[in-house]
Amino acid sequence: MDKTRMKEIVLNGLILQNPILVLFLGMCSTLAVSTSLTNALGMGLSTTMVLICSNVVISLLRKAIPKEVRIACYVVIIAGFVTIVELCLKAYLPALSESLGLFIPLIVVNCIILGRAEAFASKETPGYAALDGLSMGLGFTGALCIMGFIRELLGSGSILGHEILPVKVMLLAAPCGGFLVLGSLVALVQYLRARPPKETPKAEPEAVKEEVAVKGGDAQ
Amino acid sequence: MSLTELVSLALAAILAENFVLVKFLGICPFLGVSKKTDTAIGMGLAVVFVMGLSSMVTWLVNEFLLIPLELEYMQTVAFILVIAALVQFVELFLKKFVPSLYTALGIYLPLITTNCAVLGAALLNVQNERSFLASTAFGVFSGLGFTLAIVLFASVRERLEYAKFPKCFQGFPQALITAGLIAMAFMGFSGLQVVW
Repeated sequence: MDKTRMKEIVLNGLILQNPILVLFLGMCSTLAVSTSLTNALGMGLSTTMVLICSNVVISLLRKAIPKEVRIACYVVIIAGFVTIVELCLKAYLPALSESLGLFIPLIVVNCIILGRAEAFASKETPGYAALDGLSMGLGFTGALCIMGFIRELLGSGSILGHEILPVKVMLLAAPCGGFLVLGSLVALVQYLRARPPKETPKAEPEAVKEEVAVKGGDAQ
Repeated sequence: MSLTELVSLALAAILAENFVLVKFLGICPFLGVSKKTDTAIGMGLAVVFVMGLSSMVTWLVNEFLLIPLELEYMQTVAFILVIAALVQFVELFLKKFVPSLYTALGIYLPLITTNCAVLGAALLNVQNERSFLASTAFGVFSGLGFTLAIVLFASVRERLEYAKFPKCFQGFPQALITAGLIAMAFMGFSGLQVVW
């Protein structure tokens, strides 16, 4: 496999084409499970698992699947892997499975997976497809964790269940908080992308973003 | 099913537990097809139709196929196939009889297949062990909840078209913040119940 090509795929998945922050895919699960870091991590890794498996299988079958019914074939393959992940979670991590609830079977309809199948796996060899699945999945997990971290810290004043902050902005843990935090995050990304690439002081925009999120919450 | 049950199911599905704004199901079409009110209404009605129909069919598939064969763990796979077939059918139907709506909905019609609201409703029906009638009603009411949310959102967005936003907030972030504010308003409905 070609080194530069691999680097390109990894960078695309993690940052340049980040599924949540740049492509805006998989919004439902992003908004719903990002109330805590644990949930975000569990969801991210489950999705990554499904994404890698489905990418590899679809890539292997890319010449066998007729073009007309490809979407239906992809959906069945994806649903199969989602069922496997769902049963595994139920057996080994029942608490996580309970708190993610409906959103585990709903990985099937996560647009990232079908999107990668259509845009990447159906054209590339299995090795690249697996790498693409891994990096897209990790990009998804990363963005999800950032959201989970912000919402858990500010919304319920804790990290991984340990209380840290005395103040809680309940609104951020509530459903509308998901929209507000993601909106602010995407705005931050657009802000960083629009400015010249020379200097990118990380700390300052971070503060701005959190302030915006809180302000959005107070606006009511 | 009594009238009380029906009304409380409707209240929950449309307002208190709105699919889009409270449960985060069906966000993709909600954000994607909400630039114009007309398209939003069309999309909403298509979803009501597909959701009602799919709730019926998935209930039948579950009751008469999966449970007798003890294949409940195949629910996700079976349901998504049923939904995909249904969407295809609705697409053909619209193409033939309402071509203007078909063109307006464009890519988003096939995407109803991957609209998690439709699969979500089917799975929630099974989880809550609803009867055939209750399942159908839940599908239709949830679809109406989706329509309400998307139409409200589209009409706000239409007016925001010419508003001045900071540059980094233009486009997607602006839509998300708007949706957040509407969701905040819908928090007011939480706990809404029918007392007879």
